[in-house]
Amino acid sequence: MKHFGSPTKAIVATLALAAMTAPALAQQGLDEPFQKPFKEALAGKTVAYVPVAMNFDLTEGWYAGLKKELEPFGVKFVIRDANWNTNAGAQAVTSLISEKPAVMVVHNPDVQTYAKLLQRAENEGIYVIQINMGSAYRSSAFVGANWVEIGERQTEGVVKACEGKSNKIAIIQGALSAAASAYTLKGVENVLAKHPEIKVVSSQAADWDAAKAKAITQTVLKQNPDLCGIVGFWDGMDIGTAAAVKEAGLTGKVFVTTSGGGERKGACELVKSGAFDLDMSYDVPTQAAQMAGTIKWLLSSGAKPGSIKGSEYTTLIPITKENADSQTTCWNLSDLKK
Amino acid sequence: MTRIRFNQQEIVFAVFALLFLVFSIFLNGFLTADNMLTLLQNVAVLGILGLAMAIVVIGRGIDISLIAALAVPPGLVLQMVQNGHSLPASLLTAVILTIAFGLVNGWLIAYAEVPSLFATLATGLLLAGLGQAALFQLDVVQWSSGMDGFERLGQGTILGIPTSIVMFAIACVVVAFLLRQTRWGAYIYAIGDNPYAARVTGIPSRPIIVLQYVVAALIGCFAGLVMAASVNSMPTRVFNSTLIYDVILVVVLGGIGLSGGRGGVLNVVIGTLLIGTMLNGMTIMDISYAGQNLIKGVVLLLAVITDSFLNPRNEETAQQGDI
Repeated sequence: MKHFGSPTKAIVATLALAAMTAPALAQQGLDEPFQKPFKEALAGKTVAYVPVAMNFDLTEGWYAGLKKELEPFGVKFVIRDANWNTNAGAQAVTSLISEKPAVMVVHNPDVQTYAKLLQRAENEGIYVIQINMGSAYRSSAFVGANWVEIGERQTEGVVKACEGKSNKIAIIQGALSAAASAYTLKGVENVLAKHPEIKVVSSQAADWDAAKAKAITQTVLKQNPDLCGIVGFWDGMDIGTAAAVKEAGLTGKVFVTTSGGGERKGACELVKSGAFDLDMSYDVPTQAAQMAGTIKWLLSSGAKPGSIKGSEYTTLIPITKENADSQTTCWNLSDLKK
Repeated sequence: MTRIRFNQQEIVFAVFALLFLVFSIFLNGFLTADNMLTLLQNVAVLGILGLAMAIVVIGRGIDISLIAALAVPPGLVLQMVQNGHSLPASLLTAVILTIAFGLVNGWLIAYAEVPSLFATLATGLLLAGLGQAALFQLDVVQWSSGMDGFERLGQGTILGIPTSIVMFAIACVVVAFLLRQTRWGAYIYAIGDNPYAARVTGIPSRPIIVLQYVVAALIGCFAGLVMAASVNSMPTRVFNSTLIYDVILVVVLGGIGLSGGRGGVLNVVIGTLLIGTMLNGMTIMDISYAGQNLIKGVVLLLAVITDSFLNPRNEETAQQGDI
């Protein structure tokens, strides 16, 4: 009995008691009350994806990213490829409205065509998420690049590169009716309004087509060999722009800026080779992750489709010679698909 | 009294000459050697495709699948090299694919007697679909290091002339030789003029028609290689563009009637020059996209209307079976 009086012994005894009872306590874990309804909200739901076309880095990247995030939760993922055909896309959206998936992820070819349809879809109880190219209708969520900012930052880059030079620049637009093209142009105009010294010698649409971009750039460069910069609207198209600059022997002299999804072959490699001086990347895997997050949140929230509306503008990564070598600047489509 | 009659070729040439003159006078920097070369360079691929289309149209057919032949086999070359195959092996595979494609087209039209418009519409979709589904990883197939050196087919200059123009010129000479100097060429004209008479006189119509589509596909593939080399990648979705209409336009505008049996390389060159001059002039003037389409439409309509005024149709020409 005397031994029990010692404080050391008392601690040892308490610890021994605790060691004996601890496993019993751990076996009665606390049930997390929210994950079950979350899983139920997702399992068996259909998410439909309508890109302007598959088979290019952006849409393949979004597809792979969404699939990776949603399928483990039992979400059924269906795809309706509009294959660059606006009518086919509108038909796909129309037929989806009657099929009633839980969520529709839509990539708009222009600001008008799908607008009414998307509104109808939300009235029918389908959440609509618009990616990168929005429509005139504001749906549950827009996830994508801020095109105005892209245009501004690209033009700022060109204006800076033009300091002390001819101040002559050219603009190679995409397809005129596309949100990406029209909003980027607005950004370009915003910056040019502050720089009256800059002269735009050519501002034409190449319709997202590399061959057309090359033809336009060739002609412009022949007329203005002292051109100091080009603002291009998509790296997939501006391969042609860059090829024309290279052919004219002006690589490094004409500052070429563009924007894109940041896929390694289409962005970092081309910046490294000197074809592009600045490529504003909207980082497709991050966009896909944000979209997936939004889908999970919407489905588990129980909010009525159309009752909430928000935007997620993705953070832009300017790719230049300095960071083009880094492993984290760009992404590989092949890795994302694994 | 004899009336002076112009045919469409002459009218188009006159329109081209007029435009050229107006641009030369009023457009700074238009009439320079450099700009002339750029003008030609920009339409070289269109011109080469025009030659392929001309061969088929002279034989009273049409080949809507030409853009698939332009996009898919050259795309395959770039994709195979990207995947580590050698350039010669990839080129050989592409040529075999192209010939097989031409044979299918020809067989459908000559032996199964499917009208050429529908046959090639379907086969073009088939080939483009095959490319998208099975051959390419992405729509735009990027250039890879294994292709180094091959870009000279569409970039750089030979004796100061941009390579793509030289390629167009070579294609012109080859096609002119085929059409005018070989028996095969003479047969095509005969078949295009009157297929039944041609068959009665003992011309092996069916094999000739098959050959026609094989040659057209091969020229299409060649145009695709020049295009890929020129833009350092193969944007295979060019199949979905309106390029095929431009090609038909070059051929018809140049004066090769869709009724067959008429025209030649010169017509394609004239048609190409008109399109090239318009595009170049409008780019220099920085006319907007919509404005360009409007002007293109008006000029083309004028050319066609003038032709129908100067050469009104009669019973005989109406029977020729225009599309």
